[in-house]
Amino acid sequence: MTDLLNVRDLHVEFRVAEGVIRAVRGISFRVRPGSTVALVGESGSGKSVVAQAIMGILPRPARITKGEILFSDPEFPKTIDIAKLDPESGKMRSIRGGNISIIFQEPMTSLSPLHTVGNQVGEAVMLHRDVDSAQARELTVDMLRLVGFPDPKRAVDTYPFELSGGLRQRAMIAMALICRPSLLVADEPTTALDVTIQAQILKLLADLQGELGMAVLMITHDLGVVANVAEEVVVMYRGEVMEAGEMRDIFAEPRHPYLKALLRAVPRFHMHPGERLVPIREIKSAGGKMLDATSEPWPAGADAAGPLLSVGNITKRFETRKSGWFSRKPAGGGVLAVDDVSFEIRRGECLGLVGESGCGKTTLSKILMRALTPDTGSILFNDRGSTVDVLGLEGDKLIKFRRNLQFIFQDPFSSLNPRMTVYDIVAEPLIIHDIGDAEHRRALVKELMNLVGLDVRHLKRYPHSFSGGQRQRIGIARALALRPDLLICDEPVSALDVSIQAQILNLLKDLKDKLGLTYLFISHNLAVVDYIADRIMVMCRGRIVEIAPRAALFRNPVHPYTRALLTAVPDPDPNARLDLALLREGRASDPGAWAPPFTIDGDNHPGMIDLGNGHLVRAKAHPALLELAS
Amino acid sequence: MLGFFVRRIMVMIPTLLAISAITFVIIQLPPGDYLTTLVTELESRGEAIDQSRLQFLRETYGLDKPMIEQYFVWLGGMLTGDYGYSFEYNRPVADVVGDRMLLTIVVSFATIIFIWVVSFPIGIYSATHQYSLGDYGLTFLGFLGLATPNFLLALVLLYFANVMFGTSIGGLMDPVYMDAPWSWGKMVSVLEHLWIPVIVIGTSGTAGMIRRLRANLLDELHKQYVVTARAKGLSPARVLWKYPLRMAINPFISDIGNLLPQIVSGAAVVSIVLSLPTTGPMLLDALRSQDMYLAGSFLMFLALLTVVGVFLSDVALAMLDPRIRLEGGANR
Repeated sequence: MTDLLNVRDLHVEFRVAEGVIRAVRGISFRVRPGSTVALVGESGSGKSVVAQAIMGILPRPARITKGEILFSDPEFPKTIDIAKLDPESGKMRSIRGGNISIIFQEPMTSLSPLHTVGNQVGEAVMLHRDVDSAQARELTVDMLRLVGFPDPKRAVDTYPFELSGGLRQRAMIAMALICRPSLLVADEPTTALDVTIQAQILKLLADLQGELGMAVLMITHDLGVVANVAEEVVVMYRGEVMEAGEMRDIFAEPRHPYLKALLRAVPRFHMHPGERLVPIREIKSAGGKMLDATSEPWPAGADAAGPLLSVGNITKRFETRKSGWFSRKPAGGGVLAVDDVSFEIRRGECLGLVGESGCGKTTLSKILMRALTPDTGSILFNDRGSTVDVLGLEGDKLIKFRRNLQFIFQDPFSSLNPRMTVYDIVAEPLIIHDIGDAEHRRALVKELMNLVGLDVRHLKRYPHSFSGGQRQRIGIARALALRPDLLICDEPVSALDVSIQAQILNLLKDLKDKLGLTYLFISHNLAVVDYIADRIMVMCRGRIVEIAPRAALFRNPVHPYTRALLTAVPDPDPNARLDLALLREGRASDPGAWAPPFTIDGDNHPGMIDLGNGHLVRAKAHPALLELAS
Repeated sequence: MLGFFVRRIMVMIPTLLAISAITFVIIQLPPGDYLTTLVTELESRGEAIDQSRLQFLRETYGLDKPMIEQYFVWLGGMLTGDYGYSFEYNRPVADVVGDRMLLTIVVSFATIIFIWVVSFPIGIYSATHQYSLGDYGLTFLGFLGLATPNFLLALVLLYFANVMFGTSIGGLMDPVYMDAPWSWGKMVSVLEHLWIPVIVIGTSGTAGMIRRLRANLLDELHKQYVVTARAKGLSPARVLWKYPLRMAINPFISDIGNLLPQIVSGAAVVSIVLSLPTTGPMLLDALRSQDMYLAGSFLMFLALLTVVGVFLSDVALAMLDPRIRLEGGANR
């Protein structure tokens, strides 16, 4: 059987003002008809450039300088070399979208907001197949049904911004597949999606692949996804292939040091207690004496005053803005972002907060920071034996309190002011809170740089000269400058590559031990939380549905939502593939669809039930629950 | 959609009322009124004033009444189509303004159409051929247009029009047709004269619009959905027309509301240089001599143009952009 796609010794160069960047250097691989090949690599490895070269949609400064992309579609009498074709020629345009299709990472931006879903999906089939607009509409409805739209007839006339992220990605898939291409290039198709949605999309792709008999070139950085879908794997690093072969061989016996290192850097479930991730390059954290001296020690017996932070029955509703003076406001409208949330954080522990996008985790963290005011509820902070009512603080007291609680942000690029030097960024909190004189500050900033493993010689540089991981470390240094007791880490590693992620996670772990910090660690990635947290709480639709010590939660999840989350995470282990058949279509995060006694709807508002050993779940009292817990 | 229109129109009413109040206050702000200005002027020429005639005028126009009352009388008149009486011309405002209003509207709309027709293709060319020779050349011309003072351009064009086409200097029509009733010849004459003010007034607007369209389109051209459209196999021209251009066109439309008053008021200086029979020069005179009803009517006319222009652009935007149409209202 001939290969569907055969890439031979492909070289792609970018000619930019700074010179020539060789993004792809001699890549070779093949895709057989109907198979799934995964192209794996970290950001900057050139994997997306390969996809663009295959599609003939390379950006303007890029050129294919050498090599062949041989495409043998059964529709064509003979093999075509895409690398030789003019990207804008009629031949290439008919292949693009007709025989090879692509889906992108960002479902939010990859569809035009001004055209209906039906228009954009139907356009492809009208372009490549001989159909009129009525037939195109019919085909579009069929395709939307195939990709799992609940009401395809209505969906044809909706605009993308009216759909959720998962549905948009389905629309994108429908658009790519409506012409029944023989090859689908999926460029990080699930990276921007929540785990449960990701699992659904992976299942959908697998189903459609079987039905339409197409081959898939899956481009991803997520080894968990690779282990779950791929038959063959090509590992890329800096524009070159490091290793290629059958997926099971690659995972069972990685030969190349890069792949071995990558596999060791990914947090997995069921890691041994005390096992550390091995980043490709470990960072050395040093010093910390000066910083420790800036904070008062905790007096003996101070912990008797209660946990470090206790949150009681916090509720926050966002009113939706109505459009003008003359429209009526429905009673009880708005979005309940945080609903009856209670928990406590003990001193010295790391509490993980897990939930999907839009579940209210960031709103909750902002409330804790006093950046938002809750509608009801209380927040008490144990400040060295004296209890502080956080919500009652005003003026100077609030400013003084802020020293106790600092924040690490998700996006290392937008959270640092590009016009400030690293020194100014890290020293700013010290200046705001008027700590020490200039000399003391300088020494302290240097120590902070050592603490996060950055070179003190770089203090005069601006953030743009640092990589994502280094910037995140600058953010950590800034958060530590005030020597806080509690650090809120809001998705601190989700914007980073796997190898950098391991680095930052280890750093956070070391800092916690060294400085006796307490973390509230927010993430959507269960494996990451599993690695760093002592206790974990799971949040869904503004409510905490389950709180348990880490081991208990993973060994014995009680709440249906927790279970759905756990089953949906792809493990980088080919022997533990997702059971895609078990996934419930889009119902996992609907509180009304949870089976009793977990149901939450108009009539049922269950509270938290203690199952013992610190394991709490939101449910109505039910004898079966205690059985589940034991 | 219908609810959107109704709400939009309803909002226009309080807006116009507020503008009318502010307008009236501003007209009344300088000390004295038309009659005191008149008296000073006559005294400076050494002429005598008939006190009883002054008193009569004062009572007829209600200038002795409190300001609030005057305002409501004026407002009531406006609503019933009585725009008051111009002291300067001794005629009702409606008569004085008449043709000028029409010609102003003609010049304004011709200018807006000129701006669009010229800036649209140039903006697209500049964006799609970024940093090419053509882009640089057109950009240079655009900045030239922004930087040249309007009145200078007006004089230059007047000279060339007269020398090359024999068009009479100044005005919007040949002197023969002044005060003549509308006829075919008069129309042609207006069209002959129209292009100079249109180019003069529209140059800076065109230059600005080209820059905006170029910047907007450049932003959109690199968006993901454009790549999606290319990946579908659409031809480059079709991709451009259907996707990024639709997105980049929003400022084009929302600028109607800004352009209208800018053109009408910004044209005053040009109108004086070109001695156009539009409203600009007359407004200036009316404000100077405190001819309050004439000035008030003009200012209200400008306000109405702005409000209506913004309304029209909102409607057009709502029709073109589903996000505006659908997102503001009900939450799904």
